Amino acid sequence: MLLKVEGLNTFYGNLHAIWDISLDVGEKEIVALIGSNGAGKSTLLKTLAGCIPARSGRVVYRDEELRLRHMRSDRLVKKGIVMAPEGRRVFPRLTVENNLKMGAYTRPKKEWTDSFTRVYDLFPRLAERRGQMAGTLSGGEQQMLAIGRALMGDPKLLMLDEPSLGLSPLLTEKIFELIQQIRDQGTTILLVEQNAVAALAVANRGYVLKVGHVVQSGTGRELLSSTEILRSYLGTQ
Amino acid sequence: MQRNKRFFDLKRILPLLLAAAMYAAPLAITNQYVLRVCVYVSIYSILACSLNLISGVCGQVSMGHAAFYGVGAYTSALIALSFGLPWPICLLAAGVLSALVGLLIGTPALRLQGGYLVICTVGFNELVRLILLNWVSVTRGPMGLTNIPRPRFFGVAIHSGRQYLYLSMTLLLIVYITLRNILHSRFGRNLRAIKEDETAAETMGIRVHREKVTAFAIAAGFAGMAGSMLAHYMLYINPNLFIGDFSTTILSMVVLGGMGSMPGSVAAATLLTVIPEALRELDRYRMLIYGLMLICMMLGKNIPWDTTPLGRAAARLRGRVKIARESEHGGKD
Ligand SMILES: Nc1ncnc2c1ncn2[C@@H]1O[C@H](COP(=O)(O)OP(=O)(O)OP(=O)(O)O)[C@@H](O)[C@H]1O
Ligand SMILES: [Mg+2]
Repeated sequence: MLLKVEGLNTFYGNLHAIWDISLDVGEKEIVALIGSNGAGKSTLLKTLAGCIPARSGRVVYRDEELRLRHMRSDRLVKKGIVMAPEGRRVFPRLTVENNLKMGAYTRPKKEWTDSFTRVYDLFPRLAERRGQMAGTLSGGEQQMLAIGRALMGDPKLLMLDEPSLGLSPLLTEKIFELIQQIRDQGTTILLVEQNAVAALAVANRGYVLKVGHVVQSGTGRELLSSTEILRSYLGTQ
Repeated sequence: MQRNKRFFDLKRILPLLLAAAMYAAPLAITNQYVLRVCVYVSIYSILACSLNLISGVCGQVSMGHAAFYGVGAYTSALIALSFGLPWPICLLAAGVLSALVGLLIGTPALRLQGGYLVICTVGFNELVRLILLNWVSVTRGPMGLTNIPRPRFFGVAIHSGRQYLYLSMTLLLIVYITLRNILHSRFGRNLRAIKEDETAAETMGIRVHREKVTAFAIAAGFAGMAGSMLAHYMLYINPNLFIGDFSTTILSMVVLGGMGSMPGSVAAATLLTVIPEALRELDRYRMLIYGLMLICMMLGKNIPWDTTPLGRAAARLRGRVKIARESEHGGKD
């Protein structure tokens, strides 16, 4: 098991956003987190990335219990837990290459070359545009950059928050292919998606969230065939 | 061919030429008044460049920079007056103490965003002014400190305007080069990333708050050194030199210089020192003009300059320079 979360609770002030959530992420799996708007998916990822403090719960990562007080993004990135946040958030006035360098910020410079090669192999489009300002990339290219930038941190666990947001169906398909490719290279992926059908199709396992609770979990296929769930929680057919 | 190119590498030669010209120029100035203005230009450039680090590069707008300038000036003057220590030590002490005050204020203040940070720094500046004004037993209150000793080197006191100009220019050069190296370091890149997108910077593993506070303290330290230079040049200081109005002026320099550009900050500091001197009779309207300028610049930020004819021309020029540079370096990177 790469990551084991038990009874995690997160608050925004008085608002209880994550309720006693438990989940497991195995080595080299794609685990999908799905749920309607405001279900708490992004909050869960941000908590695991150390951007919001958790109030209680247990997080075990690679057989090491992480103390909640010490879950700070810089430490987690160094341990190999990296999040590509919702809405891409590339640095618009830095070049593509400098954006990628920012992603490798916590690592020694001599290790960067391998990561650059990996990212440019996965996304040849980024290699073509390495000198371009990131803010002038198309939405799809920015998404590739956001994923590439996260990969520059050499994550063991890559958390992607809605990578298909605002992409055309064709590009969405392409992104999901790339996500599988990244997994096949040995990176575990925790994937948050609105696009439930596509996400579950590539996921080994999935969790369905509703107002801060896990209401259903299972293999991707199980969840896909449970049309009732899809209809009631996701509104898809 | 290759050798020729390297010899005429503009990027390397130009700064040296500029520095040489800078050091030769004072020899040609005989007018005491002009020398005086030039000393002020140097001091204000240090202020603008240091504020540029935190406000221009990192995007954390501070309207309290004059307070650190004041802390430095008073620290330096008081040490010199009471212990008779040589100026370089006073200068260092001023820098260190201002940086420490910056650390102390910056740690809580930089948790605030945008307008809240501005208000907080305005309040801090006022606080420092009131302390300088009312802590009479130490600062002599509104009477200020007088008879501050001149800097001495090898037993000889700096006396003439030209000597002062060389001294302040050298200090500016040191500060400028230090800040420039900071900007090109990993730390500098982090600051730019924080300005661009704090959340993204955090997810990269950058300790956003710590980086902001560090930049703030560095900026405060250099402002303190500028204060020391001022104190030992004017030989007299009082709390009115370090009021909030002056912070606004320094910020105007950074904004006018193009938020984040070091040469821009120096150019704007020069302009905003020379122009008011030239237009003395407009002095009454100076703050009005600065205020209007700040508003215009802030509004101007929202105009898509790249699409205007001016922006396109600038982009073409930049493109040409970049291409020239790339061919010069011949794909070295
Ligand atoms: N910074 C915040 N302060 C207060 N409440 C917040 C904050 N961010 C999110 N929330 C609340 O927490 C809940 C969960 O939000 P979250 O962003 O995690 O949802 P989500 O599942 O990612 O939704 P979406 O699919 O729309 O992105 C929502 O009710 C939201 O209003
Ligand atoms: Mg979300």
